[in-house]
Amino acid sequence: MELSPFYQDLFTSLNRGLLMSIALIVPSAVGGVLIGITAGAVRTYGNRFFRTMANCYAAIFRGTPLVIQLFVLYFGLPNLGIYLTPYLAAVLGFTLCSAAYQSEYVRGALLSIKSGQYLGAQALGFTTFQTIVWIILPQAFRRAIHGCGNEIIYLIKYSSLAFIVTCIELTGAGKTVATEYFRFTEVFSIIGLYYLALVSLAIIILKKIEHRLFIPGFGHH
Amino acid sequence: MMTDKKPILRVKNITKSFGDVTILNSVSIELAKGDIKILIGPSGGGKSTFLQCINCLVMPDSGEIELDNERIQFTRKQDIYRLRQEVGMIFQDFNLFDHLTALGNITVPLRKVKKMSKKEAEQRARLELEQVGLSDKESLYPAQLSGGQKQRVAIARALAMDPKILLLDEPTSALDPTLIGEVINVIKGLAVKGMTMIMATHQISLIHNLADEILFMEDGRIVEQGPPDALLAAGNKSKSQGFCDLLNELSEVEG
Repeated sequence: MELSPFYQDLFTSLNRGLLMSIALIVPSAVGGVLIGITAGAVRTYGNRFFRTMANCYAAIFRGTPLVIQLFVLYFGLPNLGIYLTPYLAAVLGFTLCSAAYQSEYVRGALLSIKSGQYLGAQALGFTTFQTIVWIILPQAFRRAIHGCGNEIIYLIKYSSLAFIVTCIELTGAGKTVATEYFRFTEVFSIIGLYYLALVSLAIIILKKIEHRLFIPGFGHH
Repeated sequence: MMTDKKPILRVKNITKSFGDVTILNSVSIELAKGDIKILIGPSGGGKSTFLQCINCLVMPDSGEIELDNERIQFTRKQDIYRLRQEVGMIFQDFNLFDHLTALGNITVPLRKVKKMSKKEAEQRARLELEQVGLSDKESLYPAQLSGGQKQRVAIARALAMDPKILLLDEPTSALDPTLIGEVINVIKGLAVKGMTMIMATHQISLIHNLADEILFMEDGRIVEQGPPDALLAAGNKSKSQGFCDLLNELSEVEG
């Protein structure tokens, strides 16, 4: 059975858009988690200067709309002589925004680790840095993992904002086709299914990671 | 082995306050190799804080600590890390690392602090687990161990660091009565091997059998000290005697 020209166009565009979406989401998710862990640790254990810096970062990126952040990165930075490609601007914006939220999950998890864990390590001669890296973070990450996963799922959906800085991903690609054929209902329903599939895949991967990291005493299996 | 009486640890005039409350008021202690000193006294008397001051988990406001005739500079991190490596600590609530197996709990300080290779660390850890009778539990996580087993792993972990002195802060208080015995046996075994220890405990059998000296702490001061034969002699009206009588009565009620 041959698809109508509309559907042929639609799926070609959406598949191209999907690849771009994945290219946006994967580095932003990984970068967001890594920067989020660092920022969360600094906000919890840093000295006053670094703690203030990291708190300001989190306050700004959690406190302003992502759209504004993307506008500043893409349309604002050229005023300072910094030109980012649409793709780079989007990835940078997503990473920084996602990391700001991740840092809050990580901070909460770090604060939930009993002080005895810290004392136990200190009593054995661990430095503060070693204690955080080898004892506190591995435990905190296991406690934060559900929140972090939630943020990644959210990231998958707000990655659609990339099209406002002219980076044509899933939503942008679909919107072009929809406008061309004036068939919004079908197009956006199908885009919705694409996102649903992406999120389902992410949930499966996150579950796998959760299983991998499972340790008796950290949640139920 | 009582010939060598040079003190290996000298703690002098430790004072510590939190806000307006003085927790420790000029407390001193001296240990020679193989000495076992036992701290007793009412809760809030400063026993825990004193033990934590000895390895600087709580930083003393003033006072001196000398380990092997070397003065510890409280402001030098290197001094403090070295002190903690040589003075092991056993906590009331074990403080095992919850994300590591029994074996991992012992190897992680060996590898990160003592910079041993993985193989070396595992060999040493297995040896220590064997000493506390837990060879078959090496791959279990703290959540899968009983309280007594956790405390034995904690002791094995401390011993693997080859400490010169072991501080024990009520090592059996968090255990239910059926599990206390196995921990007491391990501690008695350490005493037989000549381990130098300072222990806060309310366990009457440890006080009677192990103490070279009893120190009675109250209101942040050592108010009585002496060998158990003298302090706990029948008819002696010492505070320590009164306190131990109380512990005896309690254990009779329980037992």
